[in-house]
Amino acid sequence: MIEFTFWDILRNLLLATRWTIVLSLIAFVGGATVGLLLTFMRLSSNRWLQRLTSLYVDLFQGTPLLMQLFLIFFGAAAMGHPISAWLAASIALTLFTSAFLCDIWRGCLEAVAKGQWHASRVLGMNYFQTMRHVILPQALRLSIPPTVGFSVQVIKGTALASIIGFVELTKAGTMLNNATFEPFTIFALVALLYFALCYPLSCYARYLEKKLYDAGLR
Amino acid sequence: MTLVYVDNVHKAFGDLKVLKGINLSVAQGEVVAIIGRSGSGKSTLLRCLNQLEKHDSGQITIADKQLDAASMSPKELSENVGMVFQSFNLFPHKTVGENVCLAPLVVRGEEKAEVEKVAREVLEKVGLSDKYGAYPAQLSGGQQQRVAIARALAMRPKVMLCDEVTSALDPELVGEVLRVLEALAAEGMTLILVTHEMSFARDVADRVVFMHQGRIHEEGAPSELFSNPQTPELKQFISAVL
Ligand SMILES: Nc1ncnc2c1ncn2[C@@H]1O[C@H](COP(=O)(O)OP(=O)(O)OP(=O)(O)O)[C@@H](O)[C@H]1O
Ligand SMILES: [Mg+2]
Repeated sequence: MIEFTFWDILRNLLLATRWTIVLSLIAFVGGATVGLLLTFMRLSSNRWLQRLTSLYVDLFQGTPLLMQLFLIFFGAAAMGHPISAWLAASIALTLFTSAFLCDIWRGCLEAVAKGQWHASRVLGMNYFQTMRHVILPQALRLSIPPTVGFSVQVIKGTALASIIGFVELTKAGTMLNNATFEPFTIFALVALLYFALCYPLSCYARYLEKKLYDAGLR
Repeated sequence: MTLVYVDNVHKAFGDLKVLKGINLSVAQGEVVAIIGRSGSGKSTLLRCLNQLEKHDSGQITIADKQLDAASMSPKELSENVGMVFQSFNLFPHKTVGENVCLAPLVVRGEEKAEVEKVAREVLEKVGLSDKYGAYPAQLSGGQQQRVAIARALAMRPKVMLCDEVTSALDPELVGEVLRVLEALAAEGMTLILVTHEMSFARDVADRVVFMHQGRIHEEGAPSELFSNPQTPELKQFISAVL
């Protein structure tokens, strides 16, 4: 059996943290792109598009991320198209993230005061002009704090990818523990690393929230 | 010349009949004050005049053009009717200058330099030329409301609608807004204002309209109407507010 020093453990965990970060970024960028599309589908005047997006959002918000991962990973294999843990995790996290971001962003658009629509209408602006010049800029500012806040959930969500065998921070911790039997050191380090990723984001979200408040937008 | 002509207009929200046959005509340059109890339909009438609410039946004609579902685009409406709201509704992410310039730029596609010149003129008119670069949140309520008036003026509407534009203001800020409206009236702007400021209605309006339960119950010159109300409802209203 190989001996692991504390530094070996830390080095291995840090290396695995890279994949947690990469997976988080994929989930976030993918989720934001799909989420933006969904937000506009939800806002469209087409009844069926609205219903479809609501169903999508409810579905992915109403089921555990773990089940979504299993369905995609094992489902693809069962249908004769096995996919890598990488791909499965990226797809599942993108779907999950997009559903939440769509909901957050729709809320922000609706949070812009009704009077802004009225004032714009009375000044002669049509729907698109109002959206572009009045509603979206305000909604965008409102959306930054909850969006940054949600990114913390995405980072923690990537831990579930360990269950389908994707080696990120959590999986690396489990593997190291199997080799060293030092669960306390290892999982304390794992937790600390997650904290180091999430805490600055939480602080940043809080800072943005305060800045918004000071700007009188809330 | 008649600028605004309202003929037998009805409006209901579900089962609630809010306007039950309104007839009103307003001449160019006339200042009309609408008074009446809460819930009598004053705001609804104003909102029908700029189609923020669609009336159910009857006719509204503004500058010889008939308003009804889909007959006038927001752009065309804005050339005729301006509106100032109780809650200001300034765009909080834009400076005072940008608030005033936005609609002339994007709706009319006017020249930027020209629009900015007009913006400075209308801000001068409301006494706020020094606030061009300020954000709404940096202004007092009275100043914000004056910006809202300037923003409406920049579109050069033929008639301005004001719905209780001083009701959200601290008492000491009411005067500055009323003085701006008074100056507009003196310049010949056609104004239709819903107001609870009876002394303002008496001093500035050419005509006062008393609404009661969705109808125009009584109307006339302010001196007549206030000193010699004909109906018990108006008598009661006047004694309640004065
Ligand atoms: N969008 C709406 N949907 C349903 N009911 C409405 C709507 N807008 C107004 N009402 C109702 O219509 C009635 C008249 O409202 P309106 O706002 O015109 O009264 P008002 O004379 O302006 O009163 P106030 O002095 O309180 O502003 C009220 O009973 C109100 O609750
Ligand atoms: Mg009202």
